[in-house]
Amino acid sequence: MMSTPLVDMRDICISFGGVHAVDHVNIDLHAGEVVGLLGHNGAGKSTLIKILSGAYQADSGDILINGEKAEISNPRDARAYKIETIYQTLALADNLDASSNLFLGREMVTRFGLVDDDAMEAETRKIMKRLNPNFQKFGDPVSALSGGQRQSVAIARAVYFDARILIMDEPMAALGPHETQMVAELIKQLKADGIGIFLISHDIHDVMDLCDRASVMKNGKLVGTVNVADVTDDDLLSMIILGKQPGPKSA
Amino acid sequence: MAHQDTDLPPIRNRNLFQTLDLDVRLLGMIAAFALLCIGFDLVTGGRFLTPRNIFNLTIQTVSVAIMATGMVFVIVTRHIDLSVGALLATCSAVMAITQTQVLPQMLGLDLGDPLIPWITIAAGLVVGTLIGGFQGYLIGYLTIPAFIVTLGGFLVWRNVAWYMTSGRTIGPLDPVFLKFGGINGTLGATGSWIFAAMAVAAALYGLYAGRRNKLKHSFPVKPLWAEGVMAAIISGAILGFVGILTAYEVPIRKLKRMFEAKGEVMPEGYTLSYGIPISVLLLIFIAVSMTVMARKSRFGRYIFATGGNPDATELAGINTRWLTVKIFALMGALCAISAVVASARLTNHTNDIGTLDELRVIAAAVIGGTALAGGVGTIHGAILGALIMQSLQSGMAMVGVDAPLQNMVVGSVLVLAVLIDIVYRKKTGAK
Repeated sequence: MMSTPLVDMRDICISFGGVHAVDHVNIDLHAGEVVGLLGHNGAGKSTLIKILSGAYQADSGDILINGEKAEISNPRDARAYKIETIYQTLALADNLDASSNLFLGREMVTRFGLVDDDAMEAETRKIMKRLNPNFQKFGDPVSALSGGQRQSVAIARAVYFDARILIMDEPMAALGPHETQMVAELIKQLKADGIGIFLISHDIHDVMDLCDRASVMKNGKLVGTVNVADVTDDDLLSMIILGKQPGPKSA
Repeated sequence: MAHQDTDLPPIRNRNLFQTLDLDVRLLGMIAAFALLCIGFDLVTGGRFLTPRNIFNLTIQTVSVAIMATGMVFVIVTRHIDLSVGALLATCSAVMAITQTQVLPQMLGLDLGDPLIPWITIAAGLVVGTLIGGFQGYLIGYLTIPAFIVTLGGFLVWRNVAWYMTSGRTIGPLDPVFLKFGGINGTLGATGSWIFAAMAVAAALYGLYAGRRNKLKHSFPVKPLWAEGVMAAIISGAILGFVGILTAYEVPIRKLKRMFEAKGEVMPEGYTLSYGIPISVLLLIFIAVSMTVMARKSRFGRYIFATGGNPDATELAGINTRWLTVKIFALMGALCAISAVVASARLTNHTNDIGTLDELRVIAAAVIGGTALAGGVGTIHGAILGALIMQSLQSGMAMVGVDAPLQNMVVGSVLVLAVLIDIVYRKKTGAK
């Protein structure tokens, strides 16, 4: 690809108490592309992605958004660059209802500056109709929702605000087959809309099905980035387990 | 299908409470409070539920209730504030010294100058807010646990007050300042009824506006008869409360003295009602503001979100450290307001003012349904909690229960209330 990447993370390093969680990693993402991030638990995938979403700050390295250097020092900055994240833990406040969670930090307000719950609920109903038409529990705290329903609230939050860069950390974990299908459809649809997606996953089949490229990490280092079309499941597995680049075809 | 639970139809057969959209927990508390009052009334032979005693109960509750509204925010965010009683003492000392020494001597204002009470209250508010904000900074930015910061604050501010006043009682306080204490400042019958009419009108408009907004977005609304019942209950409560407070009349002897002081003779059959105390008006104003803040402001939304999931709130781009500073600063400001009420009610600053208030305030918030695990709590619940605690205390005093026994009962009730709450939440599956 010759165009300027949407996201270009260069030479990123971060360490916690002497452990190099992310060690000189380079990774990029183009518009309308899905890049899978693979690796064992503790390989540094989530840490790398949290640097992009503003939850952590890199010790060194640059983040370029559309070719321009970006300063992302907290989650607010990331949101300003239209980077939205769906965390593995979903990051929902269990005691609040769906619309309060969807708009958390970006509430709609009335002309008196007060939170406009009814307007937010109306918007939430609209987007839920699209994402998960069965969703009915608008008045209940999200603690009363099933895993799939909670997932759809987290996804709705990322999608509603016109993300250009979407980070999905294990979006299929803990989902039933029907909901996994729903998320897969959504990823394809968002990709067609020109959104760039980082997909963190343990499941090689998800990555083979949904991703254009895959980057594999091991022990905080990037093993390599490959075009998914050029490799087999086994190639990816050996990258994950052995930390070896597959033959001459690597991108 | 794999996700049965998403397909459940909305529940149709709702019971009466659900139709009326009433909080069952709140109803339980009101019922417990009513039982308590009726019980004491029977035991004391009808002395508990007199206008006079209800009036006194109300003004005794105000100071703790004001602080309890702030404690709700503190506890909802999984913090605690053990320093409120001590902070109240420091604010009270600052205000007592300001109005009796600093302003008259250093700035040369005459005693009784109309500016004195307002400058004094402003000074108290500034001190309370700054101290509270400072403690919030230690908790939010330097990440010292709130329990430790405010335990330290408990010792520090109690003794700052002592040091500033050398332990002396300071008075007499400014007469306008004293109007915030309760019996020395009331609206009288006419003023009280005007206020009652305004409150009823505001409540009815609130119900109407809420329904209109729901209809605008075509959300389900309650049946009209249910709205009517709610309107009747609310109006009845407001009018009944004002009716009781205006039924308490100034004693004849006191009236005679007032007329004699003016050099007049009291007309035959002349009466004068106390009506709503200004301190209660202040509490109502604070309760309404804090409720709006909790439910309808971003600040309140972030407080509850932080209580539910601090990490998620941070990831949503909210500055939870600064939020902590704001919450404790607000708590400090409320301590200062309580200090005005408490010292005005006593007509002096005393060295032991606010002693044990931290426990009463925390107990009021907890009895009122604020969960120490965070994320749950209401302002009206905390005020009701404060009222229950005060009724228990004064009821027992009236019956003639010994002071040590009173405290034993109050302590046990606190533990029991939390136990009932835990059982209730388990039964209903509420969090």
